[in-house]
Amino acid sequence: MSDSSSEHIESTLPHKLAAFGVIALGLAATWQTTLIPQVLYTTVGPSVFPWFVAVFLLVLGVMLLVAAFRGGWAADQEGSLSEWGSLGWVTLGLVLNVVLIEWIGFILSSTLLFACVARGFGSRKLLRDGAIGFGLALISYVGFDRILGYKIGTGLIEKLF
Amino acid sequence: MDTLALLMQGFASALTPMNLLWALAGVTVGTAIGVLPGLGPGLTIALLLPITYKVDPTSAFILFAGIYYGAMYGGSTTSILINTPGESATIITAMEGHKMAKKGRAGAALATAAVGSFVAGTFGTLGITFLAQPVVELALKFGPAEYFSLMILCFVTVSAVLGSSALRGLTALAIGLFFGMIGIDLQSGQPRFTFGIVELLDGINVLIVAVGLFAVGETLHLAAQRKTQEEVIDIKGPVGMTKEDWKRSWKPWLRGTLFGFPIGAMPAGGAEIPTFLSYYTEKKLAKNPEEFGHGAIEGVAGPEAANNASAAGVLVPMLTLGLPTSATAAIMLSAFQSYGINPGPQLLSTQGQLVWTLIASLFIGNVMLLVLNLPLVGLWVKILKIPQPLLYGGILVFATIGTYGISRSVVDLILLYIVGFMGFMMRRFDFPTSPVIIGMILGPMAEQEFRRAMTISNGDAMIFLHKPLSLALLVLAAIAVLSPIIWRLTRRKAAA
Repeated sequence: MSDSSSEHIESTLPHKLAAFGVIALGLAATWQTTLIPQVLYTTVGPSVFPWFVAVFLLVLGVMLLVAAFRGGWAADQEGSLSEWGSLGWVTLGLVLNVVLIEWIGFILSSTLLFACVARGFGSRKLLRDGAIGFGLALISYVGFDRILGYKIGTGLIEKLF
Repeated sequence: MDTLALLMQGFASALTPMNLLWALAGVTVGTAIGVLPGLGPGLTIALLLPITYKVDPTSAFILFAGIYYGAMYGGSTTSILINTPGESATIITAMEGHKMAKKGRAGAALATAAVGSFVAGTFGTLGITFLAQPVVELALKFGPAEYFSLMILCFVTVSAVLGSSALRGLTALAIGLFFGMIGIDLQSGQPRFTFGIVELLDGINVLIVAVGLFAVGETLHLAAQRKTQEEVIDIKGPVGMTKEDWKRSWKPWLRGTLFGFPIGAMPAGGAEIPTFLSYYTEKKLAKNPEEFGHGAIEGVAGPEAANNASAAGVLVPMLTLGLPTSATAAIMLSAFQSYGINPGPQLLSTQGQLVWTLIASLFIGNVMLLVLNLPLVGLWVKILKIPQPLLYGGILVFATIGTYGISRSVVDLILLYIVGFMGFMMRRFDFPTSPVIIGMILGPMAEQEFRRAMTISNGDAMIFLHKPLSLALLVLAAIAVLSPIIWRLTRRKAAA
């Protein structure tokens, strides 16, 4: 841990944020645990393990924070998070999928998701990606919904057959 | 009835045409998925969990077993031909096998990996066959206190001992325990950790967490890095081994199996340690150790066998104790639960037919895999060449089917992406993800055993220390957590 103190000073902020994330989860667990009503007739009530989980998360979060302040830990990355554009495209695809899937149906929203992810991974052939995405979504829909009996719901294309 | 007779019954059931088809489907899908970098058997089985609503348990488990073994074979092809280990257990294969491939010996490397996997898989499955009943007999003597302590030991070893950092491993475990707590407590009927969201009353499906971590998280992680796709080395010449290769391979196969199976079968599990042990042993015993690091066939044969044998070993605690020591085993365990089958020492007596058919189909799948991976290896190389944009686009479409397609709930989709984002963060900051799955499945089981034990002892927590076996297991767990810390402290003192 001592060897990383000087070079890692700028990059420990993400580590601190990760530690705070764990602490936040611990606080959320604590809050939720206080809402569990006490049950009198059992030896071990329903809130014993939740308390344990909450405290465990808080303790680990604080220990991570200490580690972050001491210079963080080496991540397995070669570079810093530089590909914001790629990440943005993939995230856009996920958000579109959540927002649109009930409106336009699985096939069309998956086509969009597929095209966005492909764009995020550096593809510039929008039409080709859209066509492949549409084909894959269509085949999967028929396979999983109509043959295997999954319930993927309906939509603009799904209604047609 | 003796083991062999039971196994024969298993074969009778596994050899029906329908079940053979399930096995073939499993090993084929498993190999294909194993070949894809970054995707593993855990994700695949998770995505296929919904078929448990449709087909009978025997078929489902034959399929899952095929995927489990198949992914092992596929993973070694990838590490030999493109040097991106899909999982840490194949790092060694990547090291030595990739060097062989670069020298134009890809065919021999692939062959020794496949035959080694077959040898190890067969001996490993024999190990399961003959260990199952003795372990169950031992386990039936366990009370709830012993079980709880065994689970604590398992928690500690899978999260604190086997990763690069105990702190980050335990954090991953705690996050898994948090997920496992969500939903209605079955004993008291009280909702826990639901944040007032009705959809969470039934708990979070392990499918969502596994697919979120392994598919969505992995995709975001790779998108954020945007490495150029690695070059696939072409296989020159036939896939096979010369007489010399066979002579150099067979001993490492057997030694690798001997390292892999026992370590995999321990409640700690883990395939990394046996592969490393095997590699260093082969290097020590080799006549020409200077070849290691430049493509020594022993360095592929031994670790590959160790890897596969330990994968077989992991099934021993899974089938006999209901104790999952890898993410994949945890997901298979949840498949048992979704059939209403209680995993644990009763499994072999209540579901004997199922378990023995499963074991028999492991033998059969192993033979199929040898055929799929030797003459047909060219087919899998084609999968490796799918361009990244299309591959990851497709993976996210399948992730959508696996979650939204079973519940038609946008809440599930949002949860999937939240878990995916968390998985991305965990990958970036070097947190292991398997302990999340293990904690999520094993956590509620541990709570149940804890409550049983406390009810028996009338609320006296000392029961865990009074029972000698339980005490021994807890002491082992404490040693496993504390010894690295103490070791580090004393070393620091010595340095100062």
